[in-house]
Amino acid sequence: MLRSEQKPFEEILGYLEGENMVFILGCDGCAQASQTGGLPQVLEMKGRLEREGKKITGYKVVDFLCQKALVASALRPLEDRVMESDSVLVLCCGVGIQTSAAMILKPVHPGCNTINLGGSRGEWRGSERCMECGDCLLDYTGGICPLAACSKGLRNGACGGASNGRCEVSPEKPCGWELIYARLKETGRLDMLKKFVPPKAWNKMRPTPEMLSTSVWALEQGDGSIQEGIE
Amino acid sequence: MSTKTPSRLEKILASGNLAVTSECGPPRGSNGDTITKKAEMIKDYVDAINITDNQTSVTRLCSLAACIRLKLMGLEPILQMVTRDRNRIALQSDILGAASFDIFNILCLSGDHQSFGDNPQGQNVFDLDSMHLIQTVRYMREEGKFLGGDDIDRPPRMFVGAAVNPFADPFEIRVPRLAKKVAAGVEFIQTQCIYNLDKFELWMKQARDRGLHEKVYILAGVTPLKSAGMAKYMKNRVPGMDVPDEVVERMSGVPKEKQPEEGIKICVESIQRLKEVEGVRGFHIMAIEWEEKVPEIVEQSGLFPRPKVE
Repeated sequence: MLRSEQKPFEEILGYLEGENMVFILGCDGCAQASQTGGLPQVLEMKGRLEREGKKITGYKVVDFLCQKALVASALRPLEDRVMESDSVLVLCCGVGIQTSAAMILKPVHPGCNTINLGGSRGEWRGSERCMECGDCLLDYTGGICPLAACSKGLRNGACGGASNGRCEVSPEKPCGWELIYARLKETGRLDMLKKFVPPKAWNKMRPTPEMLSTSVWALEQGDGSIQEGIE
Repeated sequence: MSTKTPSRLEKILASGNLAVTSECGPPRGSNGDTITKKAEMIKDYVDAINITDNQTSVTRLCSLAACIRLKLMGLEPILQMVTRDRNRIALQSDILGAASFDIFNILCLSGDHQSFGDNPQGQNVFDLDSMHLIQTVRYMREEGKFLGGDDIDRPPRMFVGAAVNPFADPFEIRVPRLAKKVAAGVEFIQTQCIYNLDKFELWMKQARDRGLHEKVYILAGVTPLKSAGMAKYMKNRVPGMDVPDEVVERMSGVPKEKQPEEGIKICVESIQRLKEVEGVRGFHIMAIEWEEKVPEIVEQSGLFPRPKVE
């Protein structure tokens, strides 16, 4: 499973600047186990954002957000609410955020940083890849990870090597920044290209030993007892 | 215009003269004479000489050592630095090494992907990207500090350059990307080789519309074609290169032994036309393994003699 932690609330508020109508998406897979994007965390986020004056147009906890087909079927009944929103805040790992951004024609904001890939409690990912960098920058890039999608992992791309939408490394590979450009254009966010993505703090990619533990960590508390509410 | 560094290139550009730069690729070995010989051929015809940094990801003698050789000859090197191979510690360290020899120009690049070179298995570093490297050099120069915040004893005094490719995809982001590099602090630009002059003029117009030509010195990049084969290779195989069919046809249309001459003619004609483009402040002549032709290109283009500066 992909372990995540919620981004600082101030960072999330920064993403939502100028947007009033927000839809919240959570995930009943890894994010629920990480206690970052299950129903309790989605409701908590709803309350906090409402206290900041945001209108929450709706919320949904999908089981599993990493799978496009499930995102589509879960959101179909809520399409009107999603489409009347200014944006969608996703409390999930980097895969789920990218899947949501691929399926929803609205600005999608990451609510979590993805820490590492642990064991068990499945995920069901498609083509989206998360590098577990611990400092999600999907907000800058329209929900397409430049570390995963660009051959050079450039944060301020594109480089000068792409032609006809293909990466310089291989004609089989689409240019990641071309995809990012298309997505930002589609969602009316081309201004994001002006922002400087700062040098990355790669040390966040090296989680602490405590965070590296796998399936059991979610069931454990500091004292080793089993948490309530988790099967 | 006032200057901010002791760079000779900056002085020439600030004086309003068209600047001329060229480049030398270091050898695949430790024979330093290769560099000094190439530099001897062109030194009176250019204002500054770029030294490439393991171009196309093929391992070569390092750019910094080659720049030091030029400096010791009394020439003006431009240190090319790619972020592909070194992290931010190594990059800052090499910048200081160059500064200790009073190397006053740097060109900040991300670099070709390592899959093109002789070590495709190598680690993809890109700890910083070219945008970050521009900011880093400016920060070290203006603030006199390392990225980590500590003070630098005798900070680098470097005129900061970058490359742009007006021809890569998507075209719509090429001028915004130039604007981003300007906002990051770049002071001069050397462009990708220009063969599609119409497209370059369109790009330049868009740059002028945003006033960018007044914020950064733009040197137009040109590369003389040696043969029709090279034209085809550049068109089909070199990433981000735009060689129009008529250029390939013109090269193919003359006998093989006349093709080098035709290539020089095309190059000189391009420079003549680019001189008329508002915002072009000089030329970067990349005569790839053909440095001996730089003098005649410069002379035929009416760019000789080079201005003297103090």
